[in-house]
Amino acid sequence: MKTIDLSSATVRDLNQALHDQTKTLTEREWVVSNPGGKHNLAVGLNEALSVEIDGHAGYYCAGMNQKASVTIHGNVGVGVAENMMSGMVRIKGSASQAAGATAHGGLLVIEGDAGARCGISMKGVDIVVGGSIGHMSCFMGQAGRLVVCGDAGDALGDSLYETRIYVKGTVKSLGSDCMEKDMRPEHLEELAELLNRAGFDEDPASFKRYGSARQLYNFKVDNASAY
Amino acid sequence: MSEKITPVLRESATFDRLSIQEIQRAAETGIYDIRGGGTKRKLPHFDDLLLLGASMSRYPLEGYREKCGTDVVLGNRFAKKPIHLKIPVTIAGMSFGALSAQAKEALGRGATIAGTSTTTGDGGMTPEERGQSQHLVYQYLPSRYGMNPDDLRKADAIEIVLGQGAKPGGGGMLLGMKVTERVAGMRTLPIGVDQRSACRHPDWTGPDDLAIKIAEIREITDWEKPIYVKIGASRPYYDVKLAVKAGADVIVLDGMQGGTAATQEVFIEHVGIPILSAIPQAVQALQEMDMHRKVQLIVSGGIRTGADVAKAMAMGADAVAIGTAALIALGDNHPRLDEELKKIDSAAGYYDDWQNGKDPAGITTQDPELSKRLDPVAAGRRLANYLRVLVLEAQTMARACGKSHLHNLDPEDLVALTVEAAAMARVPLAGTNWVPGQLQY
Repeated sequence: MKTIDLSSATVRDLNQALHDQTKTLTEREWVVSNPGGKHNLAVGLNEALSVEIDGHAGYYCAGMNQKASVTIHGNVGVGVAENMMSGMVRIKGSASQAAGATAHGGLLVIEGDAGARCGISMKGVDIVVGGSIGHMSCFMGQAGRLVVCGDAGDALGDSLYETRIYVKGTVKSLGSDCMEKDMRPEHLEELAELLNRAGFDEDPASFKRYGSARQLYNFKVDNASAY
Repeated sequence: MSEKITPVLRESATFDRLSIQEIQRAAETGIYDIRGGGTKRKLPHFDDLLLLGASMSRYPLEGYREKCGTDVVLGNRFAKKPIHLKIPVTIAGMSFGALSAQAKEALGRGATIAGTSTTTGDGGMTPEERGQSQHLVYQYLPSRYGMNPDDLRKADAIEIVLGQGAKPGGGGMLLGMKVTERVAGMRTLPIGVDQRSACRHPDWTGPDDLAIKIAEIREITDWEKPIYVKIGASRPYYDVKLAVKAGADVIVLDGMQGGTAATQEVFIEHVGIPILSAIPQAVQALQEMDMHRKVQLIVSGGIRTGADVAKAMAMGADAVAIGTAALIALGDNHPRLDEELKKIDSAAGYYDDWQNGKDPAGITTQDPELSKRLDPVAAGRRLANYLRVLVLEAQTMARACGKSHLHNLDPEDLVALTVEAAAMARVPLAGTNWVPGQLQY
């Protein structure tokens, strides 16, 4: 295990050291101490590394992650795991807005709450939130699954494409073209698998499913008032 | 004996035939008109400027013997690997989806022959374009369709798109007829949807956030790639200052004459400002920050000739970008297509329904049969020819002004033909020393 102390090393030092592992793998397990809320920690990883960040992180932590497993023992700023392709990112605390934005794959677990626009334009990632999420979450969500064990804010799933959303608590309001849908056995099964993988002991039957009504996929004059 | 006088029909200047037709169309359909291309209205443009050739007070260079340099380095402010182009005419961002794969390949081929770069678009990087483009700029758009770190690392530069000249403040649009299986797959969308992209980036708002975003992309790419910031011209003085402060290596400034694959007609014609009025504001912003020529300025929107190139560079641009002109060079709107274009209610020289995928030239389409009509090798050669002509023309004018490099052209080489152009371009009205809007002492 290798430790990088950000009270003396720079963010550039950290990311370069982690990127170098893609060329020559010498160490799989990394600890980042004294992160101090710095931005852009562990971004662009492209190797099956395990990275433990021992404290709070700023914007875009684990951005564009591929293959790596990154755990943040604290809270994170805007855009954690943005555009993640694969691997896993786990936040032990809470996340600011745009968590998992545009992410294509992998698993993002937020043990606390997530702010506004969680999963905005998500493109295949799975996001599991232990707490609640803010307004406009999953806006234009294209693919993947968003699981919320707490409540959802206003305009959930606005202009949704094919992301499936599961919420246990209350939904303040649904966005345009988002609707509640039946929980069929295959949905209970996939939700159980997601909760299990994220490490949450919740009953899938206590969740509701939301998805696209698919009424705004093509221009129709009659839909103009929906925007 | 009185003769019958043939009455002259008087067309209203306000309710002209075009306005009447649009009212009738709107009444019939209940929805706005969507088309491709840029603004069609008459605007103050490079045609309203003239270059001052040398005579007694300036020495010209020998037109056929003395060297006039054309190369440009882009992105040497922070990037470890700036781009070095042979010519200062680049190919603007146009997506696979808006264009056929053959058209993207042709752009790559032509640009590489001429020694310049191409740019991806809203929808990701295709192997056809990466394979043929020696210098490829990868756009980072609000939608992030097809965005992935592997392609980010394959790119030669990254262009963060805040807007485009045809629709500053608007998002992308690709109608369902062009969202084929391949296009939908690259964008993670259902086949056949009318794709309406976001107009704001999903994970940052404002210049302070942009600075962190730029730093993130630099970190992911180990500070190798130049980072461009593309702005649709509306408030370029402020936008350029903020982009430079946020850490951009290169500013791309697109005027309202710049084209689009598909946008509302009303948006194209009524939002944004002409490139002529935008360049001086951008240059002023760069000069005030002591960043002119350190952060390079690429301008686009209505570049057609080498004269346009020379005038844009004399106004302070480091390079220009072409989009519509490049498509025309590939074969768009060619007279040989006139009969086919008339069958779809258009004609050669007028065709702008790039949104509907029926382009008989095989360029703005995803129809496999139509796409096959475009030979990427021959079309690439035509583009390379056209780029060569642009550069030769610009060099001819620069030499006449006594300049040994296109970058040595400056505003003192320009005068304006109209008061409007003089005020916008901030150069004197021809035959006077009057620059409207500037104090005279």
